[in-house]
Amino acid sequence: MLHTVNKSPFQNTSLADCARLLRDDDVLLLLEDGVFAAQTGTQHTALVESLLQRVKVYALQADLKARAVTRLIPGIETTDYAGFVELVEKHRVHSWL
Amino acid sequence: MAEEIKKIMFTVRKAPHGSIYVYEGLEVKLIMAAYDADISVVFLDDGVFALKKGQDTKELGIKGFAATYGALMDYEIQKVYVDRHSMEVRGMTEEDLLVIGEDEETEEPVTPQVIDAQEIAAMMAEQHNILSF
Repeated sequence: MLHTVNKSPFQNTSLADCARLLRDDDVLLLLEDGVFAAQTGTQHTALVESLLQRVKVYALQADLKARAVTRLIPGIETTDYAGFVELVEKHRVHSWL
Repeated sequence: MAEEIKKIMFTVRKAPHGSIYVYEGLEVKLIMAAYDADISVVFLDDGVFALKKGQDTKELGIKGFAATYGALMDYEIQKVYVDRHSMEVRGMTEEDLLVIGEDEETEEPVTPQVIDAQEIAAMMAEQHNILSF
């Protein structure tokens, strides 16, 4: 499963809600305001670090750049739109709107 | 060759009357139910509020959709689940759930089935498509 989170974790519980249903072989993609969770040194860093122990976490490059999110939590991979499409091709998707 | 029946899951994660999501989601479910698909609906997070019995939207001036939820099974939507944790943290118990139809044999009222996150995650993994509202 590919889970996408597009809301800021500072304003919305989508990331934590999603975390509850993530299974070990799942993939998490942070996009739009969801990429604020990819930043290191925030109140949500520990949650993301714990997820990184279990699942692959991607953040969408264009959204990171647009928001100047540069200090990523180690282990998070970035992907461009083509990579996003590949992820969607490979997995069933659930959007945590 | 018979085509494989599509497994389609709807997830409902928003509270009912503050936005159009839950209402629109219900419309889509009813449309999809007209096709030959294996449909399941899961209410979780704030979506569990949509299943509270006794919703009265008269004073909001909107029709509301609790009556339609009350007939989900008549619309061929039998698999209706609600996340236990989401209910618990919102102070809801099974007593609070609205009726979605009646058992064909016993004619007893049926309420959504309360399940755990792991069961939901496992079901998600079996779907062809998941639509979230």
